[in-house]
Amino acid sequence: MKRVYVNEKWCLGCHLCEYNCAFANSGMTDMVKALKDKPIYPRVHIEQSDDITYAVSCRHCKDPLCVKSCIAGAISIVDGVVKIDKTKCVGCLTCVLVCPYGAVRPGPTGAAQKCELCLENSCGEPACVKGCPNNAIVYEERQEEK
Amino acid sequence: MSKFVIIGNGVAAAGCIEGIRSIDKESEITVISAEKHPVYSRPLISYYLEGKTTLEKMNYRSEDFYEKNKAELVYASAEKIDLKKGEVAFGSKKTKFDKLCIAAGSSPFVPPMDGLDSVKEKFTFMTMDDSLALEKALKKDSRVLIVGAGLIGLKCAEGILERVGSVTVVDLADRVLSSILDNECAAVMQKHLESKGMKFLLSDSVAKLETDKAVMKSGKTVEFDVLVLAVGVRANTQLAKDAGAEVNRGIIIDTKMQTTLENVYAAGDCTEGYDSSIDANRVLAILPNAYMQGFCAGVNMAGGDSSITNAIPMNSIGFFGLHCTSAGSYFAQGEGEVYEEKSCGGIKRLYIKDNKLTGYIIIGDVTGAGIYTRIIREKTDLSGVNIDKLKNNATLAMFLPETRRKMLGGVV
Amino acid sequence: MIDQYIYPEFEVVRNQNRCISCRVCERQCANEVHRYDTDLGVMLSDETKCVNCQRCVSLCPTHALKIVKSDCRLRENANWSDQTIKEVYKQANSGGVLLSSMGNPTPLPVYWDKILINASQVTNPPIDPLREPMETKVFLGKKPEKVLRRASGELITQMPPQIELSMPVMFSAMSYGSISYNAHASLARAATELGICYNTGEGGLHEDFYCYGENTIVQVASGRFGVHKNYLEAAAAVEIKMGQGAKPGIGGHLPGAKIVGDISRTRMIPEGSDAISPAPHHDIYSIEDLRQLVYSLKEATDYKKPVIIKVAAVHNIAAIASGIARSGADIIAIDGFRGGTGAAPTRIRDNVGIPIELALAAVDQRLRDEGIRNNVSLVVGGSVRSAADVVKAVALGADAVYVATAALLALGCHLCRTCHSGKCNWGIATQRPDLVKRLNPDIGSRRLVNLMNAWRHEIKELMGAMGINSIECLRGNRLMLRGVGLTAKELEILGISHAGE
Repeated sequence: MKRVYVNEKWCLGCHLCEYNCAFANSGMTDMVKALKDKPIYPRVHIEQSDDITYAVSCRHCKDPLCVKSCIAGAISIVDGVVKIDKTKCVGCLTCVLVCPYGAVRPGPTGAAQKCELCLENSCGEPACVKGCPNNAIVYEERQEEK
Repeated sequence: MSKFVIIGNGVAAAGCIEGIRSIDKESEITVISAEKHPVYSRPLISYYLEGKTTLEKMNYRSEDFYEKNKAELVYASAEKIDLKKGEVAFGSKKTKFDKLCIAAGSSPFVPPMDGLDSVKEKFTFMTMDDSLALEKALKKDSRVLIVGAGLIGLKCAEGILERVGSVTVVDLADRVLSSILDNECAAVMQKHLESKGMKFLLSDSVAKLETDKAVMKSGKTVEFDVLVLAVGVRANTQLAKDAGAEVNRGIIIDTKMQTTLENVYAAGDCTEGYDSSIDANRVLAILPNAYMQGFCAGVNMAGGDSSITNAIPMNSIGFFGLHCTSAGSYFAQGEGEVYEEKSCGGIKRLYIKDNKLTGYIIIGDVTGAGIYTRIIREKTDLSGVNIDKLKNNATLAMFLPETRRKMLGGVV
Repeated sequence: MIDQYIYPEFEVVRNQNRCISCRVCERQCANEVHRYDTDLGVMLSDETKCVNCQRCVSLCPTHALKIVKSDCRLRENANWSDQTIKEVYKQANSGGVLLSSMGNPTPLPVYWDKILINASQVTNPPIDPLREPMETKVFLGKKPEKVLRRASGELITQMPPQIELSMPVMFSAMSYGSISYNAHASLARAATELGICYNTGEGGLHEDFYCYGENTIVQVASGRFGVHKNYLEAAAAVEIKMGQGAKPGIGGHLPGAKIVGDISRTRMIPEGSDAISPAPHHDIYSIEDLRQLVYSLKEATDYKKPVIIKVAAVHNIAAIASGIARSGADIIAIDGFRGGTGAAPTRIRDNVGIPIELALAAVDQRLRDEGIRNNVSLVVGGSVRSAADVVKAVALGADAVYVATAALLALGCHLCRTCHSGKCNWGIATQRPDLVKRLNPDIGSRRLVNLMNAWRHEIKELMGAMGINSIECLRGNRLMLRGVGLTAKELEILGISHAGE
């Protein structure tokens, strides 16, 4: 299965991925309208360690703790993609409590949200990958380490 | 072909069904449910009262869950386990089993209270039916007295606060959420709850109930219309005990979820399993644990091999938009380092001992808290972690670059 | 003394209706032009620092930015231009030599643009490159004057060493130091994939790039930095740099601050020491001296590699080339006055040297006249900007061209001409690790390969139109060229007729 991977060697810390993500998931067709003068709730975020920056988003674990821990049964795996049913989520953030990567965060309504690989939004392919100016985020198939 | 029987129909039972089906797609499964509902998310009963979910959305799994998993759901109370015959009796019927999973959950504990019989509107707060019953009794000007300032009591209080006249919470402990918060954090949370209009009587208890009045040990009196008893819960262990299983506060299970009886497994709130944060067995009555135990039991029942060795207490709970996550174990002052950071309306406390993070509490911005939970679960040695960064922020930046690259670089 | 205030050259125009305050511009500007003001809640700009590199414009996700030339001008004066006056102010402020980067931007004639290419009609049909084979491969090096046979009558096929190129284009010399590790990696990888060569410049060859040796030309310049046996042996050819088009007659100076880590190691000089390349080679004062160095290098490389002599196009270039062709060198590279540089004194860059088109025509003619054209291959550089320029250069007599500015543009350069600041926002002309990483060689090499493949297609199209199916048949074929708007003298030097003739 294709997943989003980050290569910190090429990450510039420009944070464009966050804005592209927020826009792709806004449901709007104009970035200005979608993001201007509003706090953004991207599903990918840039972390910094000294001079190194890198993007973190859902790893789509094979055995995800968030799915097992969701008190509302709102998180499920569909064809390998871990998805949150926002209408069922009550915002208890147990998924935030258990995600070992810190990749799940509350969204604008309080419901938890995370990267769902842009498979269902207008972008159609991960917006963070598409918009990364330096190929620091890639969308590809990798083998499991034995 | 085997025959599987699950007693109970909560999240642990759902986990057990899914665990069995991850290995065995065919064998018969019978689920005996005392509650007359398909599996629902029990912690959502307070969200229901608050209007944040609906009865329909409270269903833990889709409508076709039992059908899809070829599980027979029977609404009845399991009465007896006959080990010799390999049978469970329920109602007037019996069913055979090859492997049995007890996922019977827990029940509210109602302490003996002087004058309790005189109270007309009294409720426990555990099941969907409890919630529906309580809802009927609530009026716009009801004065509600809740006994118990734990997770259940406070979630109930949050759920109804906007719907009633007043809510007073009484607890014998000197702080709110005493099972998951230390003094400092409890004070922050209490202040927040009070700012929303809740009233607290702590280090106090009900001495006597008189119809619509509670007289406290301290001598204070509280008038009320509705009484909610949320003192605590007790694991449902009787069936297992009668069948001869070893039982303490819960049904004793090993790391494979097997009880001391052959072919009998147990999962969820009724069990006492291994807690790696204290290196001993204890009841960990939390939902994630129930599911994982159920799943693990199911896998083992179906002939697979699964075990859980890293269960720890952990909680995520929020009240009126203020979130609180906590995990692991805390220690008394002086036994290790407690790092504390206060922010606007929030607090973070990290318990560090013997080069390990043993526990943490965050109230407020809980972003990334799962990374702290992870290093507690994995008992990560902090010599491979940048402690300053760990304290500063819950991000992957705290790990060595190679560790981090590995975490982010492959299939996990 | 307070400095004379010089109004910023550029204005940052931010469309506040579109700006979402994402601060990408702020994070990406090494010149620190952009800043988010938390009190006002808007992005602000300090235009005095802007060099118009367009990094912010390119990355702004809502296209809210543009950089425009300021219209705050001094009083108009045809003699004293705004630029001229401001340069006087700068020098009065600093007392220093003005520094510039990249190629000469002044409006001097660009002869490429006054030369037009022929096409076949009726009598000599054009060739469709999509249907018929087209050869763009060239070999650079000394060619035998005549066919030689052994006593038995057998052909002697042994040739002097050659460089084989899939197309008549190479990436010209840019040192590791003047450009970044990632820029070098991009050039090396692209050259290898394309089957052409890139050039190390005078910075030595980083150990990581030895694997691209077959597509590497290593340079030996007046500072001799980074030159050692393995370096010479790793390469496809060795180039002796006598001069550079952007700064003929002067040497180079890489400040000690930039001589750190890998750069110090690759150049083989201590960290922090200035890397000063003298104006002359201190051992070369004549063609005879040059011949000694040529043969030293041939000796060192077992006569297996061609030796290139690179000179700047200057007034008596034809005579110089004639001397070089007799020095034993295999290839002469001539760099025109519009060639780029990482840093040069402005006055030198803008006023010294001659156009490459004229130098090329003069040299090719002179070598032919003297019957020594086959002694050497001719490579020209100094602002070859397109496939059309390549075709014109070959028709004027070049065997191949050197391109650098176009390659840098492919890597992201926006020709802001402030390489000398060391703060290249595109990760090219910088050694700051946070900036260097902005150029991912995966992307850089891909873009270079794309550019050269596009040029190769265009070269084939242009050749096909002329009815020529091999680049070898185009070389020195000046009948394929006509001039427009040129004087009789210019046409005479270029050796071409005027359009209509």
